[in-house]
Amino acid sequence: MIRRKLERRDFLKISVAASGGLLIGLRFPGISALAPAQSSSEQHASATTFMPNAFVRIGTDERITVIVNHSEMGQGVYTSLPMLLADELDADWTKVGFEAAPVDPKYNHPAFGIQMTGGSSSVYSGMQQFREAGAAARSMLIGAAAQQWNVDASTCRTESGAVFNKKGQKLTYGGLATAAAKLPPPEHVQLKDPKTFKLIGKPIKRLDTPEKLNGEAVFGIDVKLPGMLTAVIARPPIFGATMKSFDDSRARSMPGVKKIVAIPAGVAVIADTFWQAKMARHALRVEWDEGSMQNFNTSEMMHQFRERAKSPGTSVRKDGDATAALASAAKKIAAVYEVPYLSHLMMEPLNCAVDLRADSCEVWTGSQFQTIDRANAAKTAGLPPEKVQLHTTFLGGGFGRRANPQSDFVVEAVQVAKAAGVPVKVIWTREEDMAGGWYRPAFLHAIEGGIDASDNAVSWRSRLVGQSIMAGTPFAAAMMKGKDYDPASVEGVDDLPYEIPNLAVESHQAEIKVPVQWLRSVGHSHTAFATECFVDELAGLAQKDPYQFRRALLQKHPRHLGVLDLAAQKAGWGKPLPKGMGRGIAVHFAFESYSAHVAEVSVEDGNVRVHRMVCAIDCGQYVNPGIIAAQTEGGAIFGASAALFQELTFENGRLQQTNFNTFPVMRMNECPQIETHIVDNHEKSGGIGEPGVPCAAPAIANALFAATGKRIRKLPIRLSEAV
Amino acid sequence: MIGFSVNGKRVNLDVDPSTPLLWVIREQLGLTGTKYGCGMAQCGACTVHINGEAVRSCVAPVSRAGGKSVTTIEGLSPDLSHPLQRAWLEEDVPQCGYCQSGQLMSAAVLLLEKPRPTDEDIDEAMTGNICRCGTYPRIRKAIHRAAEMVAKAGAR
Repeated sequence: MIRRKLERRDFLKISVAASGGLLIGLRFPGISALAPAQSSSEQHASATTFMPNAFVRIGTDERITVIVNHSEMGQGVYTSLPMLLADELDADWTKVGFEAAPVDPKYNHPAFGIQMTGGSSSVYSGMQQFREAGAAARSMLIGAAAQQWNVDASTCRTESGAVFNKKGQKLTYGGLATAAAKLPPPEHVQLKDPKTFKLIGKPIKRLDTPEKLNGEAVFGIDVKLPGMLTAVIARPPIFGATMKSFDDSRARSMPGVKKIVAIPAGVAVIADTFWQAKMARHALRVEWDEGSMQNFNTSEMMHQFRERAKSPGTSVRKDGDATAALASAAKKIAAVYEVPYLSHLMMEPLNCAVDLRADSCEVWTGSQFQTIDRANAAKTAGLPPEKVQLHTTFLGGGFGRRANPQSDFVVEAVQVAKAAGVPVKVIWTREEDMAGGWYRPAFLHAIEGGIDASDNAVSWRSRLVGQSIMAGTPFAAAMMKGKDYDPASVEGVDDLPYEIPNLAVESHQAEIKVPVQWLRSVGHSHTAFATECFVDELAGLAQKDPYQFRRALLQKHPRHLGVLDLAAQKAGWGKPLPKGMGRGIAVHFAFESYSAHVAEVSVEDGNVRVHRMVCAIDCGQYVNPGIIAAQTEGGAIFGASAALFQELTFENGRLQQTNFNTFPVMRMNECPQIETHIVDNHEKSGGIGEPGVPCAAPAIANALFAATGKRIRKLPIRLSEAV
Repeated sequence: MIGFSVNGKRVNLDVDPSTPLLWVIREQLGLTGTKYGCGMAQCGACTVHINGEAVRSCVAPVSRAGGKSVTTIEGLSPDLSHPLQRAWLEEDVPQCGYCQSGQLMSAAVLLLEKPRPTDEDIDEAMTGNICRCGTYPRIRKAIHRAAEMVAKAGAR
C-alpha cells in the first residue's frame, strides 16, 4: 500500500449534511472560504454544512454522489472522475452518481488556478484529488464502524460500500454516514496499490448514458425558468462593426415580441419563444458601421503570411545552425503548409439563461470556464461574484469554444437579462454560432529540411505565421511566460522529437482582428499536420520508408516509438494494399500523451475516401479504456473532418460559410473503420480528449501521397491543389 | 388550433401553423429531448416521427403534424427498454449526447423498415444525422446489436 501523508490535512473539513450524510472534501490553503451557497449539491447538504467544499456526499440511503469540478462535454469526466474516488472508497459502483460542482475556489483546477475544463487535463489533474477524497472518506467510515464494534480500525476492511470486521459483521456506508461525519479527519490517507484497483483501468459504462437516451439530459439550451423569455440577437455582419441605428417598426409589433433593445453585442429581440424572436429579428432593419475589417479577405491574408515566412521570425528553438546546415546539405526540400480558420461547431449552438435580480444573478449554461464566466457575469450585472451562481449544465460539445476569455455568450445574456427584467435565455442560431468568431487561427508553416550524402536528416527549419490565441487575453502573461511568442502557436513543433542536429523553429505573430481561441488540440491541430507531412517528405528525399525513417530518428524516444510501432504493426504496415489505395503514418506527442495513426485511403470519383484508421495511444495509467477508445475514435473523426472538409473563409469581411452544408462534418457514410490500441503501462497519466486529433490529418495526407504520388500541403485537402 | 398526438397524448395548440414543429415540441410542449442543431435539415438532431416516418422537425411546419401522431425521443420507450436504447447502453454510444435523440429516432425507423440492416442500409439511413463527437462507429455497432436483439426475441 502506498502510504502518503495528506499534505492538506489541516484543510480537510467534514460536516454533517442536512440529510444526515457525510460530506468530505479538500480545501486549499490561501483561498477564500467565501463562496456562493446553494448549488444543487449545496442545497442537499446545506444548513449544518461547514463549507460547500465537497467532492463526495454519502447519504444514509447509501447513495454516493461525486461532485465533479470539470464539465461533461462528452469526454467522460462524469464517469472517470467518480471512478477514481469510488475505487479508493471501495464504493458499490451501482450506488454512485455525479453532480456538477458549483463555482467555488475549492473546485479550481489544481494547475490552472481557476475552475475550468481544458487541456485534456481533467483526469490527470484530478487523479490525486479524487483518489485522496475517496480514501479519506473510507478511512472515516472505517473509524465509525470500529467505534461501533469497539475494535481496532486496522482489523476492519471495506468492500463494495460496506465495512467488515474480523467476525464477518458488516455495516454499510449509508448506515455509518452520520457517525462517520462526527469523527476527526484522518492524519494520513492510504492510497491503493494500483494492482488492487477494482474500477480504475476497467471499461466501466458511462454514468451519464441513460439520460442521454430518453431526452432527460439537460443541456443549456433546454433550461426553462418560470416566466422566462427567449432572445436572439442581431449581430454585426463583420468583426468590429458597430450598430449605427435600427428600425424595429415592423418587428416590435410581431407576435410574441416583448422588447427590442440595443446591447453591446448587437440588437436583442426578446420574445415569448425562440421562433417568434427569430421571425422578428428577420423583420428588423439594422444599419452597421462596418469598421476596419470590411475589406478583409482570407486569400490576401494567406498571401501576406507567405511573404512574411520568407524572413526570419522570433526564435523559438535553435539547435545547431539550421540555415548553415541547409546550405551544405546534399539534398534539400522546402514545403509550405497552410491551414484555415476553423469553427468549433459544437452540435449545441451557444446559449445562456440568466435570472437577474436586484441583488443576485443566476446563470445556466454549458461552461468550460466557470470562474471566468462567473466573474464576467458579475461585472456585467454590477454584482460581486459571490452574488452570482453559475449552474453548469451538460455541454452539447465544447471543444474549447465554451472556455472564452471574455465569456462572450454569458456576458451578452446578462446584458439582455438587464433589459428584459425577467429571466431570459439567449439562443444563438447555427449561423450566428459559426459567424461568432473565436476560431482556431489560420496558420502558415514553411519548412525547409536537408539530408546529408548518407541520407541522414541534418537540418530542419520551421517558420510559422499565424495569430496568437493568448495575446490580449487575461492569460497572456501567465501562458506566454515572458516569451515574445505564443507557446500555443508553436506547440508540437517546438518539442519536435526527431534527432536532427540542426533544428530551428521561428514564429511570426500575425495581428488580425478575427477573434481566435483554442480549439480541440489547439496548436497541435496544425503543427502535427505540417511536421508529420514534412517528415514524410524528408523520408521521400532519402528514399526511405516513412515508418522506418521515423523509427531511426526516434531512437531516444521510447514512448513515441511504442505507439508508432503499435500502430504500424496493427495496421499491417508494409503489407500490400489493393491497387489505388495508400497507407500513411503519423506520430505526435500532445497533452502528455503519445499518439500514432495509420490511415488507409483511396481516391474514388475524384474524392478522398478514408477506409481505415488504426490508432495507438499511450496516455500512461488510464482510468477507463472504454472512454479512451471513444475519445481516440472521436478525435480521429474530428481531425479527419477538418482535414477533408473544413475551412472558414472571409470575403470583404464577411464569413462565407454559414451552416453544416458549407462547413461539413464527417458523416456516417464517410466514416472509416477505426481501431484503437491502448498501450498498457503505469506511467504518469496523460490527457485523452485532444491527443487523438493531431495525427489524423497528416496520416491521411501521407496516405494520399502513397496512393497518388502527390503531396498535400494545404487543408482542407483538395486533390487539385496537391503538388 | 392545431391538434395532433404526441407520444400517445392528444394536444391542441393555438400556434402559428408555420412555426417549425421542433420549436413547438420544445417550447410549447416542454419536450426538450428533441434538439436544435442547424435549422435547415442538415444535421438530424431534431428528428422525430410523424406517423412512423422520420422527419426533420426543424423544417417541418407544425401544420404538417395536424391530425397525425408524433413520436419524440421521450416517447421511444418510457423506461429505456427499446432495443436501440438497450444497444446504445451496451455499446456506451453517447459522448456529449446532444445528437443522440436524433440518431435514435432515425435508427428506429431504419429498424422498422429493415429489421436486419446492412452497413449500406445504415449509411443510407444515418448519413443525415451528424455527430460532432464522432460516435459513428459505436452507433453502427449498436444498430447491428439492436437488430440482433429483435431477431433473437422474435425467434423465441
